[in-house]
Amino acid sequence: MTTSSAGHATRRDFLYVATGSVAAVGAAAAAWPLIYQMNPDASTIAAGAPIEVDLAPITDGQAIKVFWRGKPIYISNRTKKEVDDARNVQLSSLPDPQTDQQRTKDGHEKWLVVIGICTHLGCVPIAHEGSYNGFFCPCHGSVYDTSGRIRSGPAPTNLPVPPYEFVSDTKIKIG
Amino acid sequence: MSGHSTFEPTNPVIKWIERRLPIFGLVHSSFVAYPTPRNLNYWWTFGGILSLMLGVQIITGVILAMHYTPHVDFAFKSVEGIVRDVNYGWLLRYLHANGASMFFIAVYIHMFRGLYYGSYKEPREVLWILGVIIYLLMMATGFMGYVLPWGQMSFWGATVITNLFSAIPYVGESIVTLLWGGYSVDNPTLNRFFSLHYLMPFMIAGVVVLHVWALHVAGQNNPAGVEVKNAEKDTVPFTPYATIKDGFAMVCFMLFYAWFVFYMPNFLNHADNYIPANPGVTPAHIVPEWYYLPFYAILRAIPNKLGGVVAMFSAIIVLAFLPWLDSAKTRSSRYRPLAKQFFWIFVLVCILLGWLGGKPAEGIYVIAARVATFYYFAHFLIVLPILSRIEKPRAVPNSIADDVLAKNGKKAMASIAVMLAVAGALFAGSVQDARAAEGGPVPPSEKWSFAGPFGKFNQPQLQRGLKIYKEVCSACHSLSYIAFRNLADQGGPGYNAAQAAAFAEEYKVKDGPNDAGDMFERNGRPADRFPSPFPNENAARSANGGAYPPDLSLMAKARSYDRGFPQFLIDLVTQFQEQGPNYVSALLQGYQDEPPKGFDLPPGSYYNTYFPGHSIKMPKPLSDGQVTYDDGSPQTVAQYSKDVTAFLMWTAEPHMEARKRLGFQVMLFLAIFAGLMYFTKKKVWANAH
Ligand code: FES
Repeated sequence: MTTSSAGHATRRDFLYVATGSVAAVGAAAAAWPLIYQMNPDASTIAAGAPIEVDLAPITDGQAIKVFWRGKPIYISNRTKKEVDDARNVQLSSLPDPQTDQQRTKDGHEKWLVVIGICTHLGCVPIAHEGSYNGFFCPCHGSVYDTSGRIRSGPAPTNLPVPPYEFVSDTKIKIG
Repeated sequence: MSGHSTFEPTNPVIKWIERRLPIFGLVHSSFVAYPTPRNLNYWWTFGGILSLMLGVQIITGVILAMHYTPHVDFAFKSVEGIVRDVNYGWLLRYLHANGASMFFIAVYIHMFRGLYYGSYKEPREVLWILGVIIYLLMMATGFMGYVLPWGQMSFWGATVITNLFSAIPYVGESIVTLLWGGYSVDNPTLNRFFSLHYLMPFMIAGVVVLHVWALHVAGQNNPAGVEVKNAEKDTVPFTPYATIKDGFAMVCFMLFYAWFVFYMPNFLNHADNYIPANPGVTPAHIVPEWYYLPFYAILRAIPNKLGGVVAMFSAIIVLAFLPWLDSAKTRSSRYRPLAKQFFWIFVLVCILLGWLGGKPAEGIYVIAARVATFYYFAHFLIVLPILSRIEKPRAVPNSIADDVLAKNGKKAMASIAVMLAVAGALFAGSVQDARAAEGGPVPPSEKWSFAGPFGKFNQPQLQRGLKIYKEVCSACHSLSYIAFRNLADQGGPGYNAAQAAAFAEEYKVKDGPNDAGDMFERNGRPADRFPSPFPNENAARSANGGAYPPDLSLMAKARSYDRGFPQFLIDLVTQFQEQGPNYVSALLQGYQDEPPKGFDLPPGSYYNTYFPGHSIKMPKPLSDGQVTYDDGSPQTVAQYSKDVTAFLMWTAEPHMEARKRLGFQVMLFLAIFAGLMYFTKKKVWANAH
């Protein structure tokens, strides 16, 4: 149908390419807010602020669960035996080698604070259960020791330690 | 430039699929090879625009549903949460809310185009009736959507519209109870409306498929109204010709849409809908959304409950019978000199009805509405049937190709201009009248830093306003949608996070229960919202002589007044939307110690020039020198009022600056894109002529 010259055709091609590219840029820009809206909203982020937990009511050998950012956090007041068990371990025998010292705060070694979410597929392990008397995940049988380190089962890594600090001897701030 | 599909795939994968499911062939024959008349004008692009709007509404709607809570206690809050906290939530909500209006603008143009060019005539009757069904579904969907934010207009609109069914003899009351799922509009109603509002767009999409199918069987009508005789000469393939033309029109339409979304997002809304639903108080003036106003006028024109409802529904149903009411052989009004005139009269009557629908149902308005209602039906039932018998049409062109040659471009432009002006007037007029204000003088228009397309908040002013709120207003008024963290938000009063946290610390916030099960008080944190001065509404009422000091978070958007004709048309262009702030500021300065002679002030009330009815329960809140400013600003009532109003504008529209900034970028982009599309369209069509 068209009998235009070559120069003409080039100019047209350029116009088509320019229009097409602008359309593509526009479509991509329009898609951005449609996807980005799924991220946590401002109130969710604000609600994820650090929390303070009073340790005084937690007796020897007791573990409590608190929530921070919707995640269960285990705070365990470990007995001397539990601490010793955790520290007298051949590091090389661990699937995810980490010392208990690395996972606790100096001067507060009784206190273990871990995120209670199994690193396998996200179930909540039960405290003071399993062959190491640490944590036992009922979903697929991952066993953690008294330092929350993975010892057997399908979970690949240790229970993570959340960011926290001692604001006093009996109070921690998580987050 | 051939006729129907001759799709021959070469790609082996496509070939493989095509043999089993001929979907590519279907798409090719429907949207690529499909022959479209060469002489279509831009009125024919609104079908494409409508598909675009349906897509926009479905996508933004599905997203909004991710953040919305259909419960009477949370619906309003969750909508505010979307606008304030969700990432780009304000954009999505304004796109959706204004998208509904754009959808209706497009559908009305599309329908009037069909009326003018006789697109309902043989063999397109089914196509037309499917369109009427889509329109009905749209109305139902739009209505239910308007209920979801659960503001005052939502609630009372739902009450009034569902009560229409109570007019049905014998079973009406039972039907209404069934619709409500209770004895009044309440949580079950909201829940089912949400469910249906989510469902119906997909039903619309289904009927649209039938509509397009019927279109592709009968072929498109065209401005000449003659059928395609020679596909080679009379038509061009849909792609690229119609695609690029529709695309260009869509971009232009998006520019128009963006104007509202980014600069006038509440122009088409009712201020009352920023007041949470209150089953005990009906707004002074209930009006539906602008797109229902003509039918609302018909409803009110009939002085009988059942009669009004029947007339209102008949006004839509009559459209379905149009193909048989108008039996003229000539399709296009272009060649029907009388029908053309009556068409324009009909358009004017529809606009008039729309305008009347927004006016109070009294006096001259009722009489005018009756006359217009009579004419509306007469157009279909008397004028068109008679015209089709007596009218002598002019000769139609022999073929579409002939029509293209005898192009009457100038005339088309004039009709476009007229139609646009008329449509604009219809639309803006009805909207503005729909939010008529109560008596009392109009508040003076003040100068606001946040007005106009580039307006910004003045940070020191917001900080002073916050101080006024804290030291004066907060004694009685809550500000419950604002969190302390918001004070550090971009586009706000300009505090940093530490300052906001320190500000929060000064407040006591109720929290709990603690481990012992007790509630306790602690210092505020950035995530907390401003605590309310009263624990509940009853406590607030009893402390304030029976009046409930309203929450101030949305006050600057929840009050408005009528701007009158033709000012509202100018407002649409100048982006004036500061009725709320003008009113709030005027109210704060509008106290008079002595009511005018003859005004009977009830005990415990105060006289205010700008308050509807003048008798207000709130004592004069501000006096000169009451609050100390450390930045040297005048410590006067006038300055205090302006400052606190500006602050309240920010609390009502916290992302205004981001909105205008993004708006500028979007408008610029769309303008460039529209230009490119225009030239591309010209190049493509150069081949066709
Ligand atoms: S989730 Fe814990 S073992 Fe699978």
